[in-house]
Amino acid sequence: MARTLILGIALAGLWLLLSGYFDKPLLLVFGVVSVAMSMFLAARAGVLDSEGVPNVLMPKVFGYWGWLALEIGKANVIVVREALAIRPNLSPTVFKVTTPTRTNAGYATFCNSVTLTPGTVTIDLEPDYFVVHALTEALADVAAINDMGRRVAALENPAARGAGGQSGGVGE
Amino acid sequence: MLDLVRDVLSFALFAIGSLAVVAGAVGIVRFPDFYTRLHAAGVTDTAGAELIFLAMMLQAPSYLVVAKLVFISFFLFLTSPVSTHAVAHAGWVGGIRPLLGPELERRDVE
Repeated sequence: MARTLILGIALAGLWLLLSGYFDKPLLLVFGVVSVAMSMFLAARAGVLDSEGVPNVLMPKVFGYWGWLALEIGKANVIVVREALAIRPNLSPTVFKVTTPTRTNAGYATFCNSVTLTPGTVTIDLEPDYFVVHALTEALADVAAINDMGRRVAALENPAARGAGGQSGGVGE
Repeated sequence: MLDLVRDVLSFALFAIGSLAVVAGAVGIVRFPDFYTRLHAAGVTDTAGAELIFLAMMLQAPSYLVVAKLVFISFFLFLTSPVSTHAVAHAGWVGGIRPLLGPELERRDVE
């Protein structure tokens, strides 16, 4: 029920901001109808679950995105420096990272954060670890990636997490 | 005065963003193999796109346009890693072996 409400508010906000009609009653009614129809179809298609409406991370994830933006900025500087260096000092590595996350939304957020950070790309996913390709030794920082994983795990709703939320990472 | 500050700020963001896009393109050409080139493309995806969107937000004529730009950059923020991962995973499953180590040798992983 909470999930339906969140989806409704999000869709209504999206409709209002994209259309920009705040004072035309007929168009607002059309907006309400289209939001209601989308919600009905989402409910009918059975996608109103923790994946369709990933609200498990919701209030805290905005702060995480701010932190992630800073990390992306720092990694960008490193990769740009290598790209423009006269003699690039590349040292690609491939390593495994175990994930401390317990929900699908958390796992997806963690892997996408790693991919989004330039210099590291997630190339393979397994149920309990994923494989990362990194551009240089400096970027293949397993401790920093594990720290990112812990931050994502901290966003997860404790109720949705289940038992045994703690685990470190293994690099190779 | 405020307009001047806004113009200077957005000009700087446009310049840095464009530089990031160019640097990403240079990296795609210069880096040695498939996976390392993906990293260069990541610079264009993140710093390039987001900084240019920030600059455009500063130039927007109304807050409604700012909101739309926020939506675009937000959806890009969510979808670009998915497409990068799709390409990288296709290469990995397809058996492209990465160049590894400072000598850039083509070795089997694990």
